[in-house]
Amino acid sequence: MVDYRPILRTENTNLLEVKSVTCVKQERCLFEALSFTLGSGKIMQIEGPNGAGKTSLLRILSGFAQPEEGEVLFEQRSINDYYDEFAAELLFIGHKTGVNTQLTAFENVCHWLRVHGYNDESQVYDLLGKLGLVGLEDVPVRTLSAGQQRRVALVRLWLNSAKLWILDEPFTALDKKGVAMLQCRFNEHLEQGGSILLTTHQDLTQHFEQLQTLVLEYRH
Amino acid sequence: MWKWLHPYAKADRAYQLCNTLLPYFAVITVVCLVVGWVWGLAFAPADYQQKDSYRIIFIHVPSAILSMGAYSSMAIAAIVALVWQLRNAELAVIAIAPVGAAMTAIALITGAAWGKPMWGAWWVWDARLTSELILLFLYLGVLSLYHAFEDKKAAGKAACILAIVGVINLPIIHFSVEWWNTLHQGATITKFDTSAIDPSMLWPLFINIAGFAGFVGVISLIRLKNEILQREKHRPWVRSLVSRG
Amino acid sequence: MQVNHSYWQLFKAVYSKDVTLAFRQRAEIVNPLLFFLIVITLFPLAIGPEPGLLARMAPGIIWVAALLSTMLGLDKLFRDDYHDGSLEQMIASPYPLSLCVLAKVFAHWTITGLPMVLMAPMFALLMNLESQALGATILTLLIGTPLLSFIGAIGAGLTVGLQKGGILMSLLVLPLYIPVLIFATSAIDSSSMSLAYGGQLAILGAMLAVACIAAPLAISSALRVSVS
Repeated sequence: MVDYRPILRTENTNLLEVKSVTCVKQERCLFEALSFTLGSGKIMQIEGPNGAGKTSLLRILSGFAQPEEGEVLFEQRSINDYYDEFAAELLFIGHKTGVNTQLTAFENVCHWLRVHGYNDESQVYDLLGKLGLVGLEDVPVRTLSAGQQRRVALVRLWLNSAKLWILDEPFTALDKKGVAMLQCRFNEHLEQGGSILLTTHQDLTQHFEQLQTLVLEYRH
Repeated sequence: MWKWLHPYAKADRAYQLCNTLLPYFAVITVVCLVVGWVWGLAFAPADYQQKDSYRIIFIHVPSAILSMGAYSSMAIAAIVALVWQLRNAELAVIAIAPVGAAMTAIALITGAAWGKPMWGAWWVWDARLTSELILLFLYLGVLSLYHAFEDKKAAGKAACILAIVGVINLPIIHFSVEWWNTLHQGATITKFDTSAIDPSMLWPLFINIAGFAGFVGVISLIRLKNEILQREKHRPWVRSLVSRG
Repeated sequence: MQVNHSYWQLFKAVYSKDVTLAFRQRAEIVNPLLFFLIVITLFPLAIGPEPGLLARMAPGIIWVAALLSTMLGLDKLFRDDYHDGSLEQMIASPYPLSLCVLAKVFAHWTITGLPMVLMAPMFALLMNLESQALGATILTLLIGTPLLSFIGAIGAGLTVGLQKGGILMSLLVLPLYIPVLIFATSAIDSSSMSLAYGGQLAILGAMLAVACIAAPLAISSALRVSVS
């Protein structure tokens, strides 16, 4: 279906708009008629018990899964109809981070950059070092610890120009210093007008002034 | 196209449509099969060469035609499902697939049974029989793919993709098998030439084909109704349907 | 970050990743080849070593073995990417998914198909194939094996999300391989009888051209379904 509405691109509009989205999985309704908006420079934390549908929601918002009903708009356009444009403005890091354990950290980051159309690889070594992977850039990722493997995926946060970040449990397996670095990077992104949607069980209220929270209940 | 299809995107409307169509198909099936079989098996003249054993064509030919027909209608439903994102069309694919597979199996079994007196062997690598066997594999592929998925939404989509891939390949397979057969065996097998058939045999054959088509329609519609109810069982309209009895 | 979209760069990136990985675990390249060799060895043992009989059956045996060894690598084609999340990253890239898929299929062919083409003279020798049929064997494998990779990748994409997808995939894919098998073996047959076999090759080539265009679309929609 073609969207005939005029395309409005005014400043300060909603980056992401979720319109009465319903998700049914294995005959269980995870959430029904869920609507919310996320503006530029805003961060939203999705909370809820295990099995409430946090990951399912993020997958729908990233366009990997289709909702049973409802639609998701990015800059007023349906993400399904304009997926490639949407994907250019999206950074998604899920449970499965997309890091190949046979390749080295450096190769992983470079491959990700190329697949996403970025071709500046000059900062990769510096950033890997900054994230505490000094000397580990050229060993296969499978030899690294869980936290280090996650850092290899999180380097992408410093290497993209996407407006919207969708992150599923980004703090998993990170130490305190890593968590602090990530929060610092989130703030930079928000100041530049980007938006973040994430799930985490950490309390983020002290770190972000404009934190919105969305609570999903476990439904039977 | 969209305007015409749109009302049937709603499950309850599709269900009603099934209910409306079902009696017509049922009447066609019963009338044609009774007339066709009695005429074909009892009254049509015996073949001068094959004697009475030729009468199996009144089952073999309709089921073979319908096995192809069911596959093409399944593929059309699959294209509709993927292009217009209609869930009901996905369900139609799943409703038709086992019926088509059964038709293919009937065609194969009756073909083998006919082959025994005619060719002296239960199975001959005749081009038509071979294509029919491959068609059965394609049907079984769609069915087993559908049942392998736990998430039935993904299962329906996957089955649709495979059905479309299959229908693109089907003419190629048919052509290649035909070609392979002439290459390896020459024209040693007497082919049943339809144009040379006597009208007194042709008419009951046509009536039987119509009857089989009606039968495929009836079973597919009943299966489609079940699939719709199964998927929509939590919806209010299904509950009210059940409570009405 | 500077953004520069180049389809060629993407193709190179995806292709070189898969080929690099295959070269790091050489078993991935060597095992299908060994399998191919062993299957071919089994036939003379099963039907007897009479050279005339073997030569007559050679095209069929070589091609059935080629089909089976292609299947070995297919199961792995998308599985690692599916499990580590790379597939999601490919979908969420600004490039069309079908282009990534094209690169991956081409890499699969480089890893499994190309070695078979290169080893073909040896297999022909083992099977007592007439020397004039050698050219046809190599040519049919050269055109036919990429076709096998394309068709097989559709099955691999459909079953990648399933627990036991491997056997199901062969069930889906093998019937679709039949035309390739028929035309390829018949080309080798014709050439060993010193007949023209350009027609069969042309049909194989036409099928490859269609597969190049249509298969990536089918594979990418299959992958989207598997990921959802």
